[in-house]
Amino acid sequence: MKYGRREFINTLLGAGGIGGLASILYPVFQFLVPPEVTEPQVSSLKVGAVGDFPVNSSKIVRFGRVPVILIRSDRDTFKALAATCTHLDCIVQYNQARKQIICACHNGVYDLSGKNISGPPPKPLAVYSVSIVDDQVMITQEKDLA
Amino acid sequence: MKPTLKQSMFRWLDDRLDIQPLVDMMDHKKVPIHSHTVWYYMGGVTLFLFMVQVFTGILLLMYYRPGEESAFESMQFILTEVKFGWLFRNVHAWSANLMVLFAFIHMFSVVFTRAFTTPRELTWVSGFILLLLAMFFGFSGYLLPWNELAFFATKVGTDIVGAVPLVGEQLKVIIRGGEDVTGATLSRFFGLHVAILPAITFLILSFHLLLVQRQGISEPRHFKALAEEKKRYMSFFPDFVLRDALLWLIINIIVLSLAVFYPWELGLKADALASAPMGIKPEWYFMFMFQTLKVIPPHVWFIEGETFGILLFGGAALLWMAVPFARFRGKQIVDSKWITILGIFTITYMVVLTITGYL
Amino acid sequence: MKRTRIIKQYLLIFAGITLLGTANLLAESKVNTCLDCHVENDIMPGDFLEEDVHQHSEISCAGCHGGDPEAEDMDESMSADAGYIGIPSRQEMPAFCGKCHSKIEYMRVFQPRIPTDQVDQYYTSTHGKKLLSGDKKVAMCSSCHTSHGILPAKDTRSSVHPFNIPQTCNQCHGDADLMASTSHGTSQYEDYAGSVHGKALIERSDTGSPACNDCHGNHGAAPPGAESISHICGSCHLNNMEFFKTSVMGQLSESADYHSCEQCHGNHSISEPSDELLNVNESSLCLECHSDGDEGYVAAEAMYTQIRQTDSLYQAAIIRLKDIQIKGMNDVDIQYVLKDAKQNLIQLRTMVHTFDPVQVKEKAAEGKELSAEAISLAGLEISEFNQRRMGFGISTLAFVLLAFAVFLKIRQIDSNKKSD
Repeated sequence: MKYGRREFINTLLGAGGIGGLASILYPVFQFLVPPEVTEPQVSSLKVGAVGDFPVNSSKIVRFGRVPVILIRSDRDTFKALAATCTHLDCIVQYNQARKQIICACHNGVYDLSGKNISGPPPKPLAVYSVSIVDDQVMITQEKDLA
Repeated sequence: MKPTLKQSMFRWLDDRLDIQPLVDMMDHKKVPIHSHTVWYYMGGVTLFLFMVQVFTGILLLMYYRPGEESAFESMQFILTEVKFGWLFRNVHAWSANLMVLFAFIHMFSVVFTRAFTTPRELTWVSGFILLLLAMFFGFSGYLLPWNELAFFATKVGTDIVGAVPLVGEQLKVIIRGGEDVTGATLSRFFGLHVAILPAITFLILSFHLLLVQRQGISEPRHFKALAEEKKRYMSFFPDFVLRDALLWLIINIIVLSLAVFYPWELGLKADALASAPMGIKPEWYFMFMFQTLKVIPPHVWFIEGETFGILLFGGAALLWMAVPFARFRGKQIVDSKWITILGIFTITYMVVLTITGYL
Repeated sequence: MKRTRIIKQYLLIFAGITLLGTANLLAESKVNTCLDCHVENDIMPGDFLEEDVHQHSEISCAGCHGGDPEAEDMDESMSADAGYIGIPSRQEMPAFCGKCHSKIEYMRVFQPRIPTDQVDQYYTSTHGKKLLSGDKKVAMCSSCHTSHGILPAKDTRSSVHPFNIPQTCNQCHGDADLMASTSHGTSQYEDYAGSVHGKALIERSDTGSPACNDCHGNHGAAPPGAESISHICGSCHLNNMEFFKTSVMGQLSESADYHSCEQCHGNHSISEPSDELLNVNESSLCLECHSDGDEGYVAAEAMYTQIRQTDSLYQAAIIRLKDIQIKGMNDVDIQYVLKDAKQNLIQLRTMVHTFDPVQVKEKAAEGKELSAEAISLAGLEISEFNQRRMGFGISTLAFVLLAFAVFLKIRQIDSNKKSD
């Protein structure tokens, strides 16, 4: 059979068709493969088992874009507060001896409810609520009282 | 001669489904060739974009989660974590806008070529309803990402519904699922967007396409007036279909380019307590109505300006839909040059008000 | 029975309220002939404010100046018999205010927790000591608080609110005539206003930034001694002080007569610290004592290099972040890592006060790692961005090819028809 103009066009059609189909199907299959993080982070975050947090200790955890300081001040009390100092932009830390939150940059001090009690901070730290479900510590963004 | 594989497959199907008449119909279907043939493609393009919408919409459904707490987050997730999520979301958004645009072009081309004259009145009516459905699709879909702009635009848009006489307030509450735009509104709009509207659209679109097949393609007056031997046609299959395919491919490339080079912003998450951002605008295809409502004085006679505007647009839409039925001295009014003037006026009005809305 | 009792109770309460109300009315319309006369003759004190804290607490003119505000006759109301004091001299002023402010029995009626040691503190201050020794130019109560426009320190209009303190002190300390007899000079305000603290307080309204009194004290104002400087600075700059105290330099500074923080940073004109202070060139503070080749020189050079390296890596990461944001790619992770990197830089710069290049190097390594992580994350995003472009190119090519094939097919069919 002669490979003429007609056959050439048909080959081109076939090649283009396969290419076009592939460039639709490839993204579709990639889309359907679940990503590594399989679920969107909504307004709460599981940070670990209760036992992972020693009494009178703290841990900075990531909540979306912002760091949050989770404090277990005594056996049954967990607190979660925004970890960015309200004065300038430093990350605060938990002082185990004083049971207070300290910003080392300019000696700003907050109490465990996030209230600014001394030093330069002009505002309290934002509070997140902590709940314990099945021995798992969950941090939830507190809703504005609307 | 032994039948080829193709022939035997056809025979097998024909024995069971009786598809020969369909094939015959396709063979006989002809598309007139004249200076306005290009408008015949507009409906097809709209249909293609609708199919893109269905396809990308179903894909987005895999990850989208309606709800005040999850809608925006799941959109962020689609855009950042899911592979090609950004592509399908942007294609969905761009194709939606182009679909409405081509639906408008399709409609006006029908007006100017008088394609809605008897026997095609029902095709016109169903087509107009499809355009309205497309606009409802756009309005409900706009809210789903639950971002600031959409939130306030929806607030304004649904507020206007409240001005409908007698039932406005109740209608507004029903649409919003409450007094205000809340998560409940989002649930409703989601249901509307992915279930109710698609179902209705499917029915009406089938009807619309069935009519097109039954009645064949409309011939404009100047073409009908030609002597029989001067009329030129192309076959629907393969001539017209191939040209359709070529155009669809071009549109496809345009949509992809727009999606890659002009991605839609997600914006900030909606916050009911935040003050409304500057420059809330409805989507462009609502702009002419939005602008009209702005220029209408607060009171026209004894009715409120907004109510007046709604009645005006409601009336105009009904009249517009009824144009093919209008008779004047026993003649279909559509033959008159007034239709062209009306069409030009409508387009000018819409374009001018839309432009002033963006100035 | 019960009912009448209730009615009786109500009546009693009602009567009580009425009585109280009348008493209030009477109090409000209390006669003050001082004010009447002084207003009428337009001889009110220049700094008089309606909102003055004493006026507000219903301590009227006579509360401080004595006399009888109810007497109609001027001679009678302003007679010594009526306890009229008049205008106190500058030396009398502390006692004049102290007759109330030093008495907690009196003051706690207004504010139970109010301190009453102002006068005592004042006499320990340089101002107070000089006043006692007969210097009449020094500041006393009204110099800072005004006489008749006194507002609580929390009120932003008050002359002693942190925003206004630098100006209030400058009224005297910026006056060359007044300061002629001292060795102070008059540049403190300008120095302060240009300093890192002054800019924060005056330009950014950051009340966390110290005004004059935060270092010098209020009523006991005095220049801080050499031994107290590190404590004063350390009350805010906690880590700097801790590092410094345990450092070789800190211990030396205790034995030798160095002014700890001030030795390097200066006082009123403390500028925003820059890495260049540590560099080994003209800008260096270290080279004021150290010279090329000695241990301090080597340490400074090592710390400077570490900090600059960490900082430039951080800046490079910031540029990548901006690029990512402009390209509209995912910046969340990068931003979060860079937050840590920024925190590390702050800590690293603080750590200079250990004067220990080994510790600085360790800290710098952490920071470099964070910035490097951000840069590699950014790299992933950029390659994703390029992949998108590439993928778009390839798929467009495929679609264009297909479109071209369809176009050829149409042409072919058309030409076949013509030849038929």
